[in-house]
Amino acid sequence: MDIVVCIKRVPATDTAIKIAADGKSIDPTGVTFELNAYDEFALEQALRIKEQLNAGSVTVVTIGPKECKKQLDDALARGADKAVLLSTTEWVYDGASTAAALAAWIKTVPCNLVLCGRQAVDSDNNQLPANLAGRLGFACVTEVSKLALDNGVFTAERDIEGAREVVTCKTPAVVSCHKGLNEPRYANLKGIMAAKKKPFVEQPVQLGSKAMEIVALTLPPARAAGKIVGTGVDAVPALIAALREIKVL
Amino acid sequence: MSNIVVVAEVRGGALKRPSLEAVTAALQLAGQSGAKVAVIACGAGLDAACAELGKSGAHKVVAIDGPAFANYSGDAYAKAVVEQCKALAASAVLMAHTAMGKDLLPRVSALLDTGIVTDVVAVGFEGGAFTAKKPVFAGKATLAVRAAKAPFVATLRPNNFAAAAGGAGAETQKVAAPGGNLLSVVKEIVASGGGKTPLQEAKVVVAGGRGLKEAQHFKMIEDLAAAFGPGVAAVGASRAIVDAGWRPHSEQVGQTGKVVSPPLYFAIGISGAIQHIAGMRTARTIVAINQDADAPIFKIADFGIVGDAFEVVPALTTAIAAIVAGK
Ligand SMILES: Cc1cc2nc3c(=O)[nH]c(=O)nc-3n(C[C@H](O)[C@H](O)[C@H](O)COP(=O)(O)OP(=O)(O)OC[C@H]3O[C@@H](n4cnc5c(N)ncnc54)[C@H](O)[C@@H]3O)c2cc1C
Ligand SMILES: Nc1ncnc2c1ncn2[C@@H]1O[C@H](COP(=O)(O)O)[C@@H](O)[C@H]1O
Repeated sequence: MDIVVCIKRVPATDTAIKIAADGKSIDPTGVTFELNAYDEFALEQALRIKEQLNAGSVTVVTIGPKECKKQLDDALARGADKAVLLSTTEWVYDGASTAAALAAWIKTVPCNLVLCGRQAVDSDNNQLPANLAGRLGFACVTEVSKLALDNGVFTAERDIEGAREVVTCKTPAVVSCHKGLNEPRYANLKGIMAAKKKPFVEQPVQLGSKAMEIVALTLPPARAAGKIVGTGVDAVPALIAALREIKVL
Repeated sequence: MSNIVVVAEVRGGALKRPSLEAVTAALQLAGQSGAKVAVIACGAGLDAACAELGKSGAHKVVAIDGPAFANYSGDAYAKAVVEQCKALAASAVLMAHTAMGKDLLPRVSALLDTGIVTDVVAVGFEGGAFTAKKPVFAGKATLAVRAAKAPFVATLRPNNFAAAAGGAGAETQKVAAPGGNLLSVVKEIVASGGGKTPLQEAKVVVAGGRGLKEAQHFKMIEDLAAAFGPGVAAVGASRAIVDAGWRPHSEQVGQTGKVVSPPLYFAIGISGAIQHIAGMRTARTIVAINQDADAPIFKIADFGIVGDAFEVVPALTTAIAAIVAGK
């Protein structure tokens, strides 16, 4: 099975967001970037499927700035066979143009499985995997937290509101990965050395016109400072009174 | 005339409430853009759901009904929905941002060769273009966008629009669900949580963190939630205790867990890390109980008690149970 893993470089989750002067993007000063947490599950699952089948290939791809090389190198060190950087200087937030560019590239490589994270934690879109599947005509299961492969057919489990769905899925497929699917491995020294010899392709990508244009990026209104109603168990009546006053009790 | 199309979610014959919230948003856009509202439902045995949708204020209901659609299939549903969107001259397509909406609508947008904006909290129509607002960076910022391609496609965050009601009773047009080759299909739905209130729908969320010290003490959190009476409160957890294996990931609140905005949220023994706050900052009222007066959670809590959870929570549980019993 030839597997493509789509990854994204995103601000670390503890980043305090500041808006840039253009009012449409974040100010990147002082922001540390990391591999999107859900994409780690996607990469790990790809490596496990390759190990299970003892055949095939794992290619990691991203659309993003040149700095993504760090995250792609890390993926190679963890065990991916090849890395592809489709480079752009824009903030990649528009799912449609991103999916179109990724689909166009995927059509040029051998691929019967695309693994993604469920959501990129910058744009919080949760749309690229199913969007991509639509453009490729692939089967799709999103937000998967359990996945088994048997005779070329996947059985996936995903949480839905108040229940769990068991889905069967043919190949070629796009699967988006959620927490719980696996425990991602880290790169070891041997992997880091081996990564240096693996193929790394960098080519510019044109994202085309955006389906959604940014009007503004703003900070949400700050919550008004709260009130400490008291200390210890003696404060319980005061809390109850406060909650009754605003009619939530 | 063009239509603002709502894709309804029907599971096991039952209409899901967020679908009616999407109708409200659609009626707003229809008023602003001079369109009508049509609802598309997919499934097997849709009569009851369509009767309910007919009374939502929508002008038309299209039921793609038949045994082939008894179980959800993203590819099959998307193809059928797109066909109807074209027949309805859809200027916009809306659905709730639920497990099904997140799976279905991006594919629909791809087949319509247009864009999509997801997890939307506000929609509009200004200067001839559809607009939307959505939280990004885990709610640490809000992105406002304008659609540059047609139709406009969006998924809407649940609990954010009122549910539509009070329409005259729209006609339902029946379309036979096409059979054929399904690429992916739901084989089974396993109920989880034994009738517990889903975290995102609960009126009250009682969340516990590492301050509880041991897994067994989480019972204190469950007791407080139970004190609100059946079907009112759900329990949540910080990542620290999910990672420790005390609680399942489905209960995690935060940036890499669930985003909740209940009327009332209790953070008990939770420090208030930025990733936790990302999941609950939009709760209407936040109560924090923490023994450290400097814990960051107090900066966003409406009401706080500085104290030992092991003393405060049982007293609070007794007090709330007494109020609920008196009602
Ligand atoms: C990529 C990433 C994603 C993350 N995603 C999430 C997420 O989705 N959700 C999330 O919650 N976290 C998330 N985190 C983790 C987050 O940074 C914190 O580590 C976590 O929220 C801390 O959990 P806690 O508040 O329970 O524990 P702690 O920070 O250890 O806080 C425990 C609190 O309990 C108080 N306490 C101790 N004893 C008592 C007592 N007897 N009575 C009352 N109070 C007491 C202490 O004063 C302290 O404030 C993420 C982290 C990363 C790096
Ligand atoms: N720019 C990108 N390049 C490669 N993959 C991406 C990119 N953006 C998103 N993805 C993939 O799609 C998943 C869901 O992203 P999103 O729909 O943007 O929330 C991510 O977890 C990645 O696996």
